Amino acid sequence: MGYERQKDFGTPRVKSEKHVTLTIDGRAVTVPEGTTVMRAASEIGSSIPKLCATDNLKQFGSCRLCLVEIEGARGTPASCTTPAAEGMVVKTQTPRLDKLRKGVMELYISDHPLDCLTCSANNDCELQDQAAAVGLRDVRYGYEGANHLAEPTDHSNPYFDFDPSKCIVCSRCVRACDEVQGTFALTIDGRGFGSEVSAGQTLDNFMSSECVSCGACVQACPTATLQEKSVKKIGKPERAVVTTCAYCGVGCTFRAEMRGEQLVRMVPYKDGKANRGHSCVKGRFAWGYANHQDRITRPMVRDNIDQPWREVSWEEALSFSANKLNQIKRDHGARALGGITSSRCTNEETFLVQKLIRGGFGSNNVDTCARVCHSPTGYGLKTTFGTSAGTQDFDSVEDSDVILVIGANPTDGHPVFGSRMKQRLRQGAKLIVIDPRRIDLVKSPHIKAAHHLPLQPGTNVALLTAMAHVIVSEGLADEEFIRTRCDWDEYQDWARFVSQDKNSPEVLEGVTRVPAQSVREAARLYATGGNGAIYYGLGVTEHSQGSSTVMAIANLAMVTGNIGRKGVGVNPLRGQNNVQGACDMGSFPHELPGYRHISDADTRALFEKDWGVTLDPDPGFRINNMLDAAVDGEFRAIYIQGEDILQSDPNTQHVAAGLEAMELVIVHDLFLNETANYAHVFLPGSTFLEKNGTFTNAERRIQPVRKVMEPANGMEDWEVTQALANALGLGWSYTHPSEILDEIARLTPSFAGVSWDRLEREDSLQWPVNEEFPDGAPVMHVDGFVRGKGKFVVTDYVPTDEKTGPRFPLLLTTGRILSQYNVGAQTRRTANVEWHPEDLLEMHPSDAENRGLNDGDWTTLKSRTGETTLRVKVTDRVAPGVVYTTFHHPATQANVVTTDFSDWATNCPEYKVTAVQVMPSNGPSDWQEEYTDLSQKSRRIAGEMEPAE
Amino acid sequence: MSGSTIETLRRMANQIARNFEIMGHVDAVEATADHINMFWDPRMKKQIFGDGGQDLSPIAKAAIEELAQGEIPAHQTRATEFNAVDDIGQSDAG
Ligand code: SF4
Ligand code: SF4
Ligand code: SF4
Ligand code: FES
Repeated sequence: MGYERQKDFGTPRVKSEKHVTLTIDGRAVTVPEGTTVMRAASEIGSSIPKLCATDNLKQFGSCRLCLVEIEGARGTPASCTTPAAEGMVVKTQTPRLDKLRKGVMELYISDHPLDCLTCSANNDCELQDQAAAVGLRDVRYGYEGANHLAEPTDHSNPYFDFDPSKCIVCSRCVRACDEVQGTFALTIDGRGFGSEVSAGQTLDNFMSSECVSCGACVQACPTATLQEKSVKKIGKPERAVVTTCAYCGVGCTFRAEMRGEQLVRMVPYKDGKANRGHSCVKGRFAWGYANHQDRITRPMVRDNIDQPWREVSWEEALSFSANKLNQIKRDHGARALGGITSSRCTNEETFLVQKLIRGGFGSNNVDTCARVCHSPTGYGLKTTFGTSAGTQDFDSVEDSDVILVIGANPTDGHPVFGSRMKQRLRQGAKLIVIDPRRIDLVKSPHIKAAHHLPLQPGTNVALLTAMAHVIVSEGLADEEFIRTRCDWDEYQDWARFVSQDKNSPEVLEGVTRVPAQSVREAARLYATGGNGAIYYGLGVTEHSQGSSTVMAIANLAMVTGNIGRKGVGVNPLRGQNNVQGACDMGSFPHELPGYRHISDADTRALFEKDWGVTLDPDPGFRINNMLDAAVDGEFRAIYIQGEDILQSDPNTQHVAAGLEAMELVIVHDLFLNETANYAHVFLPGSTFLEKNGTFTNAERRIQPVRKVMEPANGMEDWEVTQALANALGLGWSYTHPSEILDEIARLTPSFAGVSWDRLEREDSLQWPVNEEFPDGAPVMHVDGFVRGKGKFVVTDYVPTDEKTGPRFPLLLTTGRILSQYNVGAQTRRTANVEWHPEDLLEMHPSDAENRGLNDGDWTTLKSRTGETTLRVKVTDRVAPGVVYTTFHHPATQANVVTTDFSDWATNCPEYKVTAVQVMPSNGPSDWQEEYTDLSQKSRRIAGEMEPAE
Repeated sequence: MSGSTIETLRRMANQIARNFEIMGHVDAVEATADHINMFWDPRMKKQIFGDGGQDLSPIAKAAIEELAQGEIPAHQTRATEFNAVDDIGQSDAG
């Protein structure tokens, strides 16, 4: 498509069953009741001049540019604040209106620099457009009076500038920050002519303010006051391509706005059903890693990991890999080979990697990073509800009355959804937060949690059982729902269990350290407060009882009838952009695409026929088992696409030992990541901007990813996998990911109706898409659970084996922050580091004082597994006895200290609980030093060798 | 801390058994056996079968013995039921 700004209807869409018909400039138009005259006019293509209105913000009525005449009404009302009424007759263009609008415009322009020709927003500026629209030709007031033209520009934000001299004080930025983002960072200071926009306190600039750099204000600004630096640098975009964010599971869609082959900016797509025109700092701004100097674009090989890398041709890298793979297969059998798919890659790419491993390598040793994040969600929801997908779409939160957030930090981890949740909370929904740490949501502008239950890490099951105890023993269960929708006998068993005294909040207070009274009140609120929705994240799953906690959550939703309609449900907030898709595509060792077990002969036959191969009928290894088996010599070669297991998986030294023991490690990635320190072959990858395909977000929404520039490495990732397959003699011949998608649809019943053409037409589809659900399925379990009755599962609290004691008296828990993403491979290579230059250890003031630690001191963090050093941040966000850190930086290697304890059912690592000691320190640990050495050594690329291309 | 592979396998089996314990011995043994049967690589099964039940809880031990004798337990929880070839109902997405 060529370049056009996204259509702006001026005021938000109104949902109403009732409609009214009015006449605008002689044309009849019918709109939902409550729609403004401005929006109605816009719907029939007659755009009324406007400045302060935009359709993602509530109407404000300050600029007076949008005046209209209405038959029978006095004066000239503002169309953005006047609701359309039945029979109304409106005129939008009359000589009187022209004159009034010119007068208004003239006032604005008289305080605005007239340097349009040199302004970076020239030809892409609403003020300019509107001045033209009202026919303003000259300004009578001149510039000699007072004006704001001399005010300095605030360059502090790395991605956008604020040039107050161009501001017309329409307050769209302030309202965007309040209403859309919910950060309340901006204010209009002063009144009348003296008024101006400011970020927080008088001396603040954007960087020192509360601003989280979501960019909503930049998008809202009708002038060049708030503008992306990249537009200034590169120039106005010439074309736009709609694509999907490659960071988190919210799955925001964007317009990648291009000038030639250069990306100028990412602008959230207003029609995006997951994000509805909003974004966070990562998706909107943090794409610079694509051109970072560290990016590797040529294949490399080496015989062993002590050698420097050798740049080689694709042919050489592929035949080197194929020869070794064949050799190992001959000597040790197919089961010595395996691989890891990436939740950052597309469905098509993931599908091909598992196809290569199962059909080409000949083993089922395929796993994915979902192992280390939401595998317990799969187990838990499948056991209770019959299927594991989250029950709601994101829109559902608009109908919630009580929101229970447990083990998630949506404003940091899933920011765009976090903003929508905050919108609902500001409208009055009640909030319960269960988290060891006082996350931002607990208290933020205009939001205060009704209850924050700061439990001891590792006691989720005990706490949720105590809540269930209250609901059952106080007669708050929704018996009617349970009798019709759930298995009644199982319910009774469960109710007897939770009612036992040992499960009362009073008894369990000793375990959870949450006052019994708070638990009782929170349970009552969730059970009786209207539509109750539970949102949870990795603070639930990454525990030795992760799967049990998910089941305990499902029990709570069922016992209160909070399932099967809008506003309720159980909602896992997933980590990576395509973690849902990676699982759908058969990335687990025990199942083929579409969640069909590998032992099922009919399913195998289907794939065997289509692929022309014989499949191994037994499940393969999970990641952790691959590493164990490598040390034992049973597992020898691995192909890792787009994952950095050395940094992201627990017990780093164990991962390192496993990788080191392998004969062949093929890393297919953008950068020489930490895992690549142990690799023999490096296959350069492509970014999401350089490829076609699809991602599936946390709502099961399949959305297109579109190529906006040529891959710097020469191949899209699916082409690299295909080339490797062909080096092994598999003879694949896909020419476009749409053909892979067709194969997926052919072999996977829930994708039967999905095709590239259809996605081109419809933007997105929520699976299942088949004969029964031709247009997909937004909300699950509406008229009954997918699989018969809901099952209550007795969840017995089993304390973790990871115990504190005199040597390791503190509990470490881990998490992520807004500006960084997972292991940070991408975000660390953007200006986002300005918000998070290093990982810090949060510690309660009393624990810090006991150890003589002050804010900013270096400390040694030590567990039974290992030790590392990092600086301490003293804060009462964490409770006494608990410390917290993030794992975004390889220098910290927080996973050096995490253990390999894991969820009992899925082996999802217990990242959230490690017993540690913290002591003052004055330098990096031995491991850090050794590791820094190794990683410098193993990143050497032989300079003297010329690439053999 | 991470011991040898066999120690890991024992720990895994014990942990599964411990979490099913509340079902009562007989059902817990079946559920543990079913779980291991559906999710473990054959080499892991073989290794623990050959380990003589060392350091295993009674439930885990009984489950391993049952599997070692070649019995295939019926599905005990919906977590071990999967879609049939043309089915869409279940998923266990991570
Ligand atoms: S900065 Fe832009 S959006 Fe904000 S008040 Fe000024 S002109 Fe309006
Ligand atoms: S970038 Fe986002 S958070 Fe920052 S001021 Fe603008 S709207 Fe507010
Ligand atoms: S919320 Fe997630 S999907 Fe949306 S822009 Fe941010 S990182 Fe991307
Ligand atoms: S657009 Fe209506 S008053 Fe500004």
